Amino acid sequence: MTGTLMADPLIRLRDVTKVYGSGATQFQALKGVDLDIKAGDFVAVMGPSGSGKSTTMNILGCLDVPSAGEFLFRGHHIERLDRDQRALLRRRYLGFVFQGFNLLSRTSALENVELPLLYRGDDKRARREAAMGALEKVGLDRWWDHTPAELSGGQQQRVAIARAIVTSPDVLLADEPTGNLDSERSVEIMELLTDLNRTNGITVLMVTHEPDMAAFARTVVHFKDGLVERIEARHRQGQAVEA
Amino acid sequence: MFGTTLVLALRSIRRHLLRSFLTILGIVIGVGAVVTMVTLGKATTAAVQQQISALGTNVLQVRPGQGFGRGGGGPRPPEFDQADVEAIANQVAGVTAVAPQASTTATAIYEGANWSTSINGTTSAFLTVQPWPLSAGRYWTAAEQEAGKAVCLIGNTVRQNLYRGGDAVGTRMRLGNISCDVIGTLSKRGQGGFGDQDDVVVMPIKAVQRRFTGSRDIRLMLVGVDSAYSTDTVQAQIADLLRQRRRITDGKDDDFNIFDTAQIRDTLTGTTTLLTRIVAAVAGISLVVGGIGIMNIMLVSVTERTREIGIRLAIGAVAREVLLQFLVEAVALSCLGGIIGLILAQGVILALVPLMQVPWTFDPQINLIAFAISAVIGVVFGYFPARRAAALNPIDALRHE
Ligand SMILES: Nc1ncnc2c1ncn2[C@@H]1O[C@H](COP(=O)(O)OP(=O)(O)OP(=O)(O)O)[C@@H](O)[C@H]1O
Ligand SMILES: [Mg+2]
Repeated sequence: MTGTLMADPLIRLRDVTKVYGSGATQFQALKGVDLDIKAGDFVAVMGPSGSGKSTTMNILGCLDVPSAGEFLFRGHHIERLDRDQRALLRRRYLGFVFQGFNLLSRTSALENVELPLLYRGDDKRARREAAMGALEKVGLDRWWDHTPAELSGGQQQRVAIARAIVTSPDVLLADEPTGNLDSERSVEIMELLTDLNRTNGITVLMVTHEPDMAAFARTVVHFKDGLVERIEARHRQGQAVEA
Repeated sequence: MFGTTLVLALRSIRRHLLRSFLTILGIVIGVGAVVTMVTLGKATTAAVQQQISALGTNVLQVRPGQGFGRGGGGPRPPEFDQADVEAIANQVAGVTAVAPQASTTATAIYEGANWSTSINGTTSAFLTVQPWPLSAGRYWTAAEQEAGKAVCLIGNTVRQNLYRGGDAVGTRMRLGNISCDVIGTLSKRGQGGFGDQDDVVVMPIKAVQRRFTGSRDIRLMLVGVDSAYSTDTVQAQIADLLRQRRRITDGKDDDFNIFDTAQIRDTLTGTTTLLTRIVAAVAGISLVVGGIGIMNIMLVSVTERTREIGIRLAIGAVAREVLLQFLVEAVALSCLGGIIGLILAQGVILALVPLMQVPWTFDPQINLIAFAISAVIGVVFGYFPARRAAALNPIDALRHE
């Protein structure tokens, strides 16, 4: 998993800023974020609305680029990569889970989960096997032929997680994965993420507003006004977290 | 890589059946309309030209009066007579033959069947000016022509109606108040802008004059012109001769008119060509309308597509791959629609050709042009919205409203 020295973090942000818009409507969402994330960690990102959590996650997920600053992944400078290289990085190492699920409509759960493998060029058999495995992992193998419209919110999010982990990524990024779910479904999702983190060694980064969800994490990063306010290292998962 | 793209494109078509169907429909209508209309327009032009060439080339029609439909006012101009026919035939250089015509209508009766038809009295010069082969029998002899014998050649329509398509040569039928020997049947000329040319009985002019019109008047002369001579010159010489013979003083208008059939052909050809162009323009509009339909469908689905593109990019697709998929999808739909349109057009053409009595034609050029244009429309409107979406950041594409 961790190819480089143990001391080297998997992800390192240095003085990252992000400016949206230009001219009079210009808005600085990130004002110099410094953040290190160790391989295998389970990180919860918290903070008030508008503090830059999603912006940071999108940058970490290579879905967006910082305006300035350094972003290192396994010691490589990501901010210097072009669009296509970032896409290949997403394909190889990253899985992303959104608050709004973002599944392809009118497409079965299995085909949704297969999609990243299609772009990777796997043959049909390998795709089927890996996708069914991922669905099994999230407990939805019996629902493989259902379209998103035929699944509940919690099930859709689990399909989205299956799609994110089907390529065996190093990092799973989840922006408010339980934001659209009730607390019971939320706990199921958190248990799934914890299991992926523990047994598959996937580094999990998750944005949440709820201390109950953050309680599953090992590290909690608090954002405020486009900056990291403080980082809370926790001795025991499940221990209460202050908002 | 391409196989994957094809799989993705076909899946997308299958998943958005309504959208795909509407896209195809626009192209089908566009291609079908253009090909059908232009092909039928060209077929009509061809049919008209065929009809006109049946009038014979290099033929002048000479009639008393100042022109078509110029009635009233002043005394009726005198008709022509046999002396005029001979004068033109003998005195004007470049005239191959002059066929006088005296026409009337009568009911033909044979064994209980009757049919009202027109009777055309003429001389054998008629067949020199406007060759008309026989399907059976013989032409009349010079002796029969001189004597004004009651012999006749019948057109195909008359044969169909009186003889039910059976043998007519050698029979004797009733024509008005006389009985008449059928000595030959004329080959089929077909329907045309001038009505049914086969609905006619042709007889020696003397027989018609004596037994039907009761005068020696000639209402029309068909003048054949040697192709080595200019019809304009011959026309002018005939005019001079007739003015002289009819004693028209200088400064007075002709009391007869000479009509060049080549002129009719040019006019009618010009008209049908114009019609074809108008029809093609209308068809072109329908192609554009079809294109706008495609564009609308694509634009309506652009939000859905943009989000889809965002998802694909987010899970690691390279923009190029996503675009290729949309391109393949657009090309597949456009080609499918184009092919269906072409087939549909052929079906409609085959159904309409017998109704319109025009010859069947196949014009590869228009098929190709219509297909190409519609394919381009489909590809442009299917591909360019996708290209814009793929240029976005994945996160912006996902947020697209
Ligand atoms: N695409 C954008 N264009 C302009 N401004 C943006 C854009 N995205 C985010 N912002 C602004 O940047 C700031 C940070 O946004 P961000 O989405 O990172 O907040 P957040 O911490 O995720 O908030 P929330 O908890 O509400 O999701 C906000 O003030 C937001 O208005
Ligand atoms: Mg957010």
